[in-house]
Amino acid sequence: MSTAPDTRAFDPTAAGAGSGRKILQTSLRPARVILYLLLALFCIYYLLPLYVMVVNSLKPLSEITAGGMMALPRDWTLAPWQSAWSTAQVGVEATGLRPYFINSIIMVVPAVALSTLLGALNGYVLTKWTFRGATVLFGLLLFGCFIPFQIVLIPMARVLGLIGLAGTVPGLIFVHLVYGIGFSTLYFRNYYAAFPTELVRAAQIDGAGFFRIFWRILLPSSGPIAVVCIIWQFTNIWNDFLFGASFSDFDSQPMTVALNNLVQSSTGVKEYNVHFAGAIMAALPTLLVYIVAGRYFVRGLMAGSVKG
Amino acid sequence: MRKLTTMMTAAAALMAAGTGLHAQEVEVLHWWTSGGEAAALNVLKEDLASQGIEWQDMPVAGGGGSQAMTVLRARVTSGNPPTAVQMLGFDITDWAKEGALADLNILAGMEGWDDVVPEALQKFSKYDGKWVAAPVNVHSTNWVWANKKIMDELGIEQPKTWDEFVAALQKAKDAGYVGLAHGGQAWQEATIFDAVAMTTGGPEFYQKAFIDLDEETLGSDTMKQVFDRMGTLRGFVDDNFSGRDWNLATAMVINDEAAFQLMGDWAKGEFLNAGKTPGEDFLCYRFPGTGDQVTFNSDQFAMFAQGPEVGKEQAALATAILSPTFQIAFNKVKGSVPARTDLDVSELDACGQQGYEEFKAASKSGNLFGSFAHGHANPAAVKNAMYDVITAHFNGEYDSATAVDELVTAVQINK
Amino acid sequence: MSIADTANRPGAVDRLRDALPKLVLSPTVAIVAIFVYGFIAFTLYLSFTDSRILPSFGWVGWQNYHNLFRIRAWDTAVSNLVVFGVLYIAICCALGLLLAILLDQRIRAEGFIRTVYLYPMALSFIVTGVAWKWFLDPGIGLEAVVHGWGWESFQFDWIKNSHMAIYTIVIAAVWQTSGFVMAMFLAGLRGIDNEMLKAAQIDGASTFALYRRIVIPQLRPAFMSAFVVLAHMAIKSYDLVIALTGGGPGTSTELPATFMYSYTFTRNQMGIGAASAVIMLMTIAAIIVPYLWSELREKK
Repeated sequence: MSTAPDTRAFDPTAAGAGSGRKILQTSLRPARVILYLLLALFCIYYLLPLYVMVVNSLKPLSEITAGGMMALPRDWTLAPWQSAWSTAQVGVEATGLRPYFINSIIMVVPAVALSTLLGALNGYVLTKWTFRGATVLFGLLLFGCFIPFQIVLIPMARVLGLIGLAGTVPGLIFVHLVYGIGFSTLYFRNYYAAFPTELVRAAQIDGAGFFRIFWRILLPSSGPIAVVCIIWQFTNIWNDFLFGASFSDFDSQPMTVALNNLVQSSTGVKEYNVHFAGAIMAALPTLLVYIVAGRYFVRGLMAGSVKG
Repeated sequence: MRKLTTMMTAAAALMAAGTGLHAQEVEVLHWWTSGGEAAALNVLKEDLASQGIEWQDMPVAGGGGSQAMTVLRARVTSGNPPTAVQMLGFDITDWAKEGALADLNILAGMEGWDDVVPEALQKFSKYDGKWVAAPVNVHSTNWVWANKKIMDELGIEQPKTWDEFVAALQKAKDAGYVGLAHGGQAWQEATIFDAVAMTTGGPEFYQKAFIDLDEETLGSDTMKQVFDRMGTLRGFVDDNFSGRDWNLATAMVINDEAAFQLMGDWAKGEFLNAGKTPGEDFLCYRFPGTGDQVTFNSDQFAMFAQGPEVGKEQAALATAILSPTFQIAFNKVKGSVPARTDLDVSELDACGQQGYEEFKAASKSGNLFGSFAHGHANPAAVKNAMYDVITAHFNGEYDSATAVDELVTAVQINK
Repeated sequence: MSIADTANRPGAVDRLRDALPKLVLSPTVAIVAIFVYGFIAFTLYLSFTDSRILPSFGWVGWQNYHNLFRIRAWDTAVSNLVVFGVLYIAICCALGLLLAILLDQRIRAEGFIRTVYLYPMALSFIVTGVAWKWFLDPGIGLEAVVHGWGWESFQFDWIKNSHMAIYTIVIAAVWQTSGFVMAMFLAGLRGIDNEMLKAAQIDGASTFALYRRIVIPQLRPAFMSAFVVLAHMAIKSYDLVIALTGGGPGTSTELPATFMYSYTFTRNQMGIGAASAVIMLMTIAAIIVPYLWSELREKK
């Protein structure tokens, strides 16, 4: 752990290209061939399920029941996708997944925003305005990350009922906020711990107050870790089923519940192609977030969160 | 124990009374999310719409209703229970014990439900003398589904006894077919166990063991024989059975790969959807030795108390569910038989009409038993514990003697 | 040394200003106190009651724990968690580290490959469950495909086998999270002190020694974060098991998370479910707390 403030870490463009890094990087031809081969092999491992899903979502049902899950479609068709979006049976009505997307978005965006903001503030306090017991407090907060959600379902339902938020979108946002704080605080706290305290002290001498420092100094360079936090929270909240099903009302059910209804119907013909199309559709927002923000993901992790 | 939910219900009542929230709407929690059943439920929705009542749909699929039950708990605990919830067997009783269900006696009296709904069903629709749920249908579970082509090819007659059945299975296996098409999920194994127990020990044994939970009967040699017979059946199942969904097993029979399947009457829908005709392509008859008995399960809509009195909408929903038109329309699609005994079932197909007659006859002769495998003989805790033992035995983890001991222990712990 | 110490004047406004950081932190503290620890306490209490379908407060002492340990599926669940947890964490870390080292080698298309490794984390098992189930099924999945290619004796029916099914769960779980672990290690690798590496090389250290003496120790913070994430996922693995095997064949892939869910919500045995939850939490605490303690103490 370096003692002098290492601002290099906060410059995301510095990908460690100093001469020291080259020591770990081989340039032997045969070694590099093996390298690329290995990487390609693993690519196949990771892409296989997605391939199965995509390929089978473009086949008519007759082709699927005939077998050959890895084969490319003979009759390419987009009908399963149309069905999953707007005509598949998800309940009494055949509405497809479309109406539920809005529900999910209305719920996820505020939850992620609030959770990230609160995590940032917490991290800020725990590292720059630290007090006795701050580390213990952090440890206790961290332990809360491990609590299985099934335990909290019933008591949370009771509390939500008591404060009148049961079955409402704000209620669901609140639940996700509560169980997301642990992780967001973890990310920001580790990040800010490596942030040079001198800068903060200098600002304080200049007369800046608590919030000023946060707003003007820490937040602007929090980009990378904010991305990490947002990706993590978005994924978890978007994919959550238990809370979404239990704390929503008939008109605010999130998309995971609808997808689950589509895929887990217990009787009737299983239209696997529609299921796969629906599943990919449901996953598109998170996939998009990962692809677009993935670049910043590693940089964000680099810049402090793993340096502790 | 009742205090908690009574408080919750009172709170809900106050909230409802104060805000007039539940006027003209019914919120229904169920897990009929696919094709035919959902369409059939839509019939109910339209009926209510014509009365000016809005249907708020809360479908939660998964685990054959277990996810829905989880959501239900959250809803009840937060003081916001749905109007009606799809439920089976002892779950209804468990909720009624908590004081969460509405008292529909006035309505039942007006509509004459006590006369048309068989007593075996009333056991679940009523609690403590009060009507709390409206039954939608009656499925029966002790059916054998046979591929007629294979039967004719091998010259197999309808087996009337256990030994004849085993002989038939052996013939099919020797000819290269899969004897018994089976899906390796706990409830499917339990469904088979249900029928085998009934044929091995007879109705009194079934009553004592599964309904009365008499430990002596559970630990008896007859029970060991039942497990032995399950072991025999295991020998006629193909190697890939583990985890297979029930409809894929039915597909094996439809596609001439397997000779028999032991499954409830919902299997009929698969045959019909594949364009097969009962009597020509496939045969349906009771499990050998259980010809007079009907082991059933019944989907019911449990009515959750929304306030001190039963609301107009809830009453309308309950009435609509038990109305002859809905009963016929729904059961035609679902493959089950109506829950009322006073209907004209000429619209149902051959297997359905046969099932209805047998259901009525069994009810009259005291041979209508709640299926343990489907939560109609004992509460969920016991049922699931029995599942564990049966499926472990079927998968070779226990021998029959151990299985019997484990069964007794399971009941002791979970009673 | 806290910044707050540098200001040293009395006065209400200043005291408010001093209290501000703690005020900002207090909603989180309150939330965690109630919704995490309060609920844990509630669950603890429930485990001593006769709760069945809903919480009830009749005291039954140790009855639920006594019954819990008589249930065979619980033993299976616990031993499965050990097997699964150890394998999952170990393989993810090893694979993540390997991939990170590979990707650090100035690869062309690094961005693309990294996204490929990372994307599984975005998907929930409700989404991918069916695909995996097909893939692992000997009748239509990998075994069938390989047979189709001509290699008839290839066998991959683990998912149907009571003893091997848990390993299929490991395979799917590793698939989901190893990319994320790789990203953490990659970031860690990129942050390694170059000067130390140069100095060590000048001193004549081999590449292997470089890795062992400098790289891996400097990755300890990354390892901590990875461990927290992986342990958290191992414990909460519910969707994964249900989607792949439903706990089967039989009860051979039962995990404490599925056990607890089943007993609390499906079997109307909330008391036993709560007892299993308490045991689970104690086990988690026994592992995580000492680990966090040692890591956090060093951070000072």
